[in-house]
Formats: sequence, C-alpha cells, structure tokens
Amino acid sequence: MAPASCALCQKAKAILKRPKTGQQICKECFFFVFETEVHHTITNAKLFKPGDKVAIGASGGKDSTVLAYVMKTLNERYNYGLDLYLLSIDEGITGYRDDSLETVKRNQQQYSLPLKILTYEELYGWTMDAIVSEIGKKNNCTFCGVFRRQALDRGASSLNVDHIVTGHNADDIAETVLMNVMRGDIARLGRCTLICTQGEDSIKRSKPFMYAYEKEIVMYAYFKKLDYFSTECIYSPDAYRGHARTFLKDLEVARPSAIIDIIHSGEAFGVREDVKVTQKPQQTCKRCGYMSSNDLCKACTLLEGLERGMANSVTTDRARKKLDALGPAPDNLRTIPQFRPAHLPVSVELPKTDL
Amino acid sequence: MSTLHRLKVEFSGGLELLFGNQRVHTLSLPAVIPVDEARPSEPRSTDVTYLIHYLRTHLLTDRPELFVEGDTIRPGILVLINDTDWELEGEGAYELKNGDEIVFISTLHGG
Repeated sequence: MAPASCALCQKAKAILKRPKTGQQICKECFFFVFETEVHHTITNAKLFKPGDKVAIGASGGKDSTVLAYVMKTLNERYNYGLDLYLLSIDEGITGYRDDSLETVKRNQQQYSLPLKILTYEELYGWTMDAIVSEIGKKNNCTFCGVFRRQALDRGASSLNVDHIVTGHNADDIAETVLMNVMRGDIARLGRCTLICTQGEDSIKRSKPFMYAYEKEIVMYAYFKKLDYFSTECIYSPDAYRGHARTFLKDLEVARPSAIIDIIHSGEAFGVREDVKVTQKPQQTCKRCGYMSSNDLCKACTLLEGLERGMANSVTTDRARKKLDALGPAPDNLRTIPQFRPAHLPVSVELPKTDL
Repeated sequence: MSTLHRLKVEFSGGLELLFGNQRVHTLSLPAVIPVDEARPSEPRSTDVTYLIHYLRTHLLTDRPELFVEGDTIRPGILVLINDTDWELEGEGAYELKNGDEIVFISTLHGG
C-alpha cells in the first residue's frame, strides 16, 4: 500500500488511523486533534474555573501519565489558571506499585508538578500485601477498589484541592456501561457516563479522557515518548471487567466506533424518577464521617472485618449479619483518618529545580 | 538462494513479559515464506502474518493467548510498522522489507 497523506494537513505522511473517525492523519495533526478534543471535553463540560486546585490521580500507568502531560500542556496553552498536583495512592503491593510509583516520581520531575503519595498503610493500617496474606487472592480486589476510592478523596482533602481528575478513557467507560447493563445496576448505569461527579467534602471528580480512545492514548504516549509503567497487578485481576474488556476489544475490531457508540447509549439512558427514589439516601459514616449509604461506610465495614479476623465475611449482607451476631464491634477499632486540611499540615514533595 | 530480511522487533506495554522480558529483538527471516511453515503451499513473500506466526513459535515464552488470536494479533495490541499504524500498511498482508522495524504495544494493562 502506498503511504497515504494526512487527511487534515494533506501534506505529511499519515501515521495513524483514528478509531473514532477512520481518518488517516500525520503525527503533528494527531497531537493537535487529540489535545484539542480533550480541551473541548473540558470546556464543553465547564469542568474548571481559574484558580482551581486540581489533583491528577497518578498511577504511573499509560492513562494517568498521558493525562498529566496533556493537563499541563492545556493549562499552559489555554491559560486555564489551574494549580496542578499529582496524587498517588500506594496500596502497598511489592513488585507492582513500588515500581509504578518510581515512574510517578520521574513524571514529577519531568513535568515539574508537586506530588503527594498517600499509603494504605497510613490510612488503614494495612498494606494490600498484608490484606492478601490474611484473606487470599479471592476478594482482594473488592478491598483494593473501595480503599483506593476513599484514599484518593482523603488525599485530595489533605491537598485542599477542589477537583480530582482521573485517567479513565473511553474504553474504560464503555466497559463500565456494559458491566452495569449486564449486572442490572441501574444506579451505577445512570452515574457511570457522567463526566463529573461530586465526591467527599464536595471535591469534584472528573474524567477529561472519557471520549479519548485507549488506542490514541497509547499512540500518543508512544509518539511523545512518555515514560509510563505497564505491568499487571500481581494479585488477581478484575475478572468480570476482563470479560467486558475482551468483548469490547472484539467489537472494536469489527466496528471501531462501537466504543463511542456505547458511551452515547449510556449517556442517553434515562432512569425514571420512581426508580430513583428506591435508591438509598446518602448519609455519613458513623465511625469515620465519610459519605456512605449505610451506618458504616464500605471501607470501615471492610476494615472491621479485617481487624476482627472475618475479612471474607464482610462482602455480603448475610455475612455482615453473622458478624453483628458475634457482638458489637470492639471499641478499639481504627478510625480512618480524614486528612482534613484544617487539622493536618500537608507535606508535599516539590520537584527539584535543577535546571 | 533465498535472501534474508533483518528485522527489529520491539515489545512494550507489558508484552515484553511474554518474550523473556526482553523489549528489543533483532531477527532474520527468509524473504520468502518456507513452504512447510506457510499455510498456502505456494511460495509467498514474508509478511506480517508470517512474522506473528514466527514470533509465536520461536520467541514467545509465555501464555500465547495473550499475544495471538487465531492467525492474527489479539485485539487490543497495537502494531506499528516503521512507526506507522499497521492499519495504514495493510495489517498482516504487509510484505516485510530488509531493515523494517515492527513494534507491538499492548493496551491491555492498567492505566
């Protein structure tokens, strides 16, 4: 096949076929359209206002590495006036997270952004390594997922930021839509395509890459030679998501627009008012004060199970009742710290200014 | 006499773990597919489909299902031929030339 020229500038050699549009474009036009589309996602949803403090949830993986780079680029190009931070959660997984955090530390230098690392150990008193040695590999993703979500909120709280942005991409969102359809999870189905949600302490959470294809994110990282970390977590992967992902990737081969089409379907999905009222109202956790739909938030429930040596029993309601039947929770249970900025001084590692 | 193509093959995005944790491999392939290994019995030029078959049988050390699906690459793995998306180069039908650089990047790992 003769090399095609770029569909946008008509000059340079095309290097990429865009999955969203089928267009064949050159490297420079690709950088420009990719960044501009993210800019449009941000401005159309009015995600930020000047002066906002924004934490980028950074794992060292491809999505968050590209997100940090693009957020910094757009902030400078379009004068968003944002104060950007990198926020990383250290789950305490030897041979996985310690390596990926090294990548985040390099990113901190490369992008000159302040970095805050919060560990499961200091929040919960347990590393994932310790949790897995206690409960095995079967339900550990439940713990890790609940703990990570809260850890990000608490880390953001300690940085006193207004907003957390995460690297969730179009493929991730489409997968989640499929999973929520298959599970019949109406509440999450309604929420999962929202670009911005309100979390703990009215910190917003948003997904500037929700319309960006994984293929383009990886190609962007490749052509920009960005430094990212890629190894699967050493504990069992999220099997259910794995099925949705394989299915979605097969769909993408047959019809690349399928990913964005599924997101649009998810967005157009309306939940009737009388269905909405059956959903539990939000309250605050009686132990730690985090938002919750029960007396105890999920993290405190899981932590109690761990501390009482019944970790495997807290993932179902029935087992919870069994735990309650054993008597009230001991009063020496750990209270997960909130890290509210008013109470705690924040130490942030500043990038070295060696240039 | 058959000529040889010298190729540079690179794995990233976690795929290198399936290839002895080595990112860059240099290899020589015959310019025409050896008859006993090729699916069609008549000789044809060495293409990317053959390269994938070769990598799977000769270099892959671990879990072939994470690299190939049927006689092509597993969906979710990006392929670049001389820094161009293989979708613009005819994918598996691209006929390899001496000095070509092929990159395989997995997108399937956590972000």
